[in-house]
Amino acid sequence: MIEKIISRNIGAESVTPGQIVTVNVDRVMIHDIFIPFVAEKFEEMGFTKLWDPDKIVLIYDHMVPASTVDDIRHFKIGDVFAEKYGMKHVHRSDGICHQLMTECGYAKPGNVVFGTDSHTTTYGCVGCFSSGIGYTEMASILGTGEMWVKVPETIKVVVNGKLPDNVSAKDIILKLIGDLRADGATYKALEFSGSTIDEMTVASRMSMSNMAIEAGAKCALFAPDEKTAEYSNVELSDVDWIYGDKDAKYCQTITYNAEDLVPVVACPSQVDKIRDVKEVEGTKLDQVFIGSCTNGRLEDLKAAAEILDGKKVADYVKLIVTPASRKIYQEAAKAGYLTILAKAGAIITQPGCGLCCGRAGGILTDGERILATNNRNFLGRMGTSKVEIYLGSPKTAAASAIAGKIVEA
Amino acid sequence: MEQFTGKVWVLGDDIDTDIIIPTEYLALPTVEDMKQYGFSPLRPELAGQIGEGDIIVAGKNFGCGSSREQAPEIIKALKIKCVIAKSFARIFFRNSINNGLLLIENDQIQEHVKEGDVLDVTLGEKIVHHGASYEIQSLPDNLMEIINAGGLVEAMKKRNGVK
Repeated sequence: MIEKIISRNIGAESVTPGQIVTVNVDRVMIHDIFIPFVAEKFEEMGFTKLWDPDKIVLIYDHMVPASTVDDIRHFKIGDVFAEKYGMKHVHRSDGICHQLMTECGYAKPGNVVFGTDSHTTTYGCVGCFSSGIGYTEMASILGTGEMWVKVPETIKVVVNGKLPDNVSAKDIILKLIGDLRADGATYKALEFSGSTIDEMTVASRMSMSNMAIEAGAKCALFAPDEKTAEYSNVELSDVDWIYGDKDAKYCQTITYNAEDLVPVVACPSQVDKIRDVKEVEGTKLDQVFIGSCTNGRLEDLKAAAEILDGKKVADYVKLIVTPASRKIYQEAAKAGYLTILAKAGAIITQPGCGLCCGRAGGILTDGERILATNNRNFLGRMGTSKVEIYLGSPKTAAASAIAGKIVEA
Repeated sequence: MEQFTGKVWVLGDDIDTDIIIPTEYLALPTVEDMKQYGFSPLRPELAGQIGEGDIIVAGKNFGCGSSREQAPEIIKALKIKCVIAKSFARIFFRNSINNGLLLIENDQIQEHVKEGDVLDVTLGEKIVHHGASYEIQSLPDNLMEIINAGGLVEAMKKRNGVK
């Protein structure tokens, strides 16, 4: 599938893994943390105009709203840069970059997109080749619209069958990362298929493509279907060329039966340290976090609300809920999920990266323990380096918040 | 071929970008301000101990995690000459090339080398440790062009005719 997307992008009959090619970039995303560095490098390189202002999206999310005075410097530099070079797509408080890129239609099926964030792999949920890069490389794309890539080999992941009620897309991707390990897909593309994937919402696929980088992957692709076409507002007939051919070559194939899967968590402090929830059941918690670009979507808030409806969060646990975007926040309010969560004792915060990047909204200290639905549990990510971070699904998180300890939903 | 020697600091597998530079320090104005916090979640004292020309020897998947380019920049600012690892995470690899930080892949030396040992490196050829020699590869041509230009900024300056 990745070979098809790259071939079409460069106007070649075909490409082969290992080949180094220069792609024409369809869209780029820059977030608040890195815009000062991108702006500085862009001008240092001697560029005087953007290759195409319409293709550049600037999103403030890691630092919104500002939690230190210095954060504001990033917004000011971003605003000046956008004004000076005529950028129109600037989101100052609308939500997390990866949510907005597909939600606002910036990243569409078949596109080639780069972003200054490792979780840029997210847009593979709609069949878009998207990957994270650094700010120097971003500065050069802003000037040239081009980037070199090595055509990756592909690992095929097949999931068939019906998931048990307490198992979700998050559990599948955690299980896969545990099996591949943190470097198992380095330089490679992941390609998902099977009846479980076909049945999945685009939002669930997004949770999986989001975390592909945790196995080192360059991108994670899902073939577009009717659901994708509707979500991305495209005609299916325009994007139905994006799929893995029957005779496509894969460097590895991994198959799961959905019925065999169980709720899992990633244990401190590696995302590939996967254990069944049963194995760590009873582990006491100080905080629970439901949100992030991995699991801050409407279906995640719904899943949490269904479990927390009429229940109470354990006395000594802080449950922090952060919708991934303003749109989701509004939809969750309209559907009544936010009221249910608030009644249960949740602290509902503004959309944004918040606690996931450890800058604000519930950072922890030595000896504290959190179960979170985001994508990383590295040392020091949510406060001090002696905080223990477990990663799990929204269902596991909600059930654990009530119990005050890790439990299966 | 360039040849150099350096003192070794040993790190393990999966050294992630939050270890190399935690998010809380990313908003500091310059890499010079940040570098004292390099590797602080794992070894708070390390940044102060590293000397010019030292070499990091690590396991697999070095630099995994976020796209933060401060990670290779801080290693460079700490005056580390090169990182030798079993493998590198892809974004970190690109960022290092673009910033002129030298990376060498080798998966054998880790079991022999101890912290404080001295390595003798000949680029594109070999690493010598206590008399034993370990073969290393050179990078693809297109990457060497960026490195030879002095990083991506310099390569782009050349393209745009900036002196």
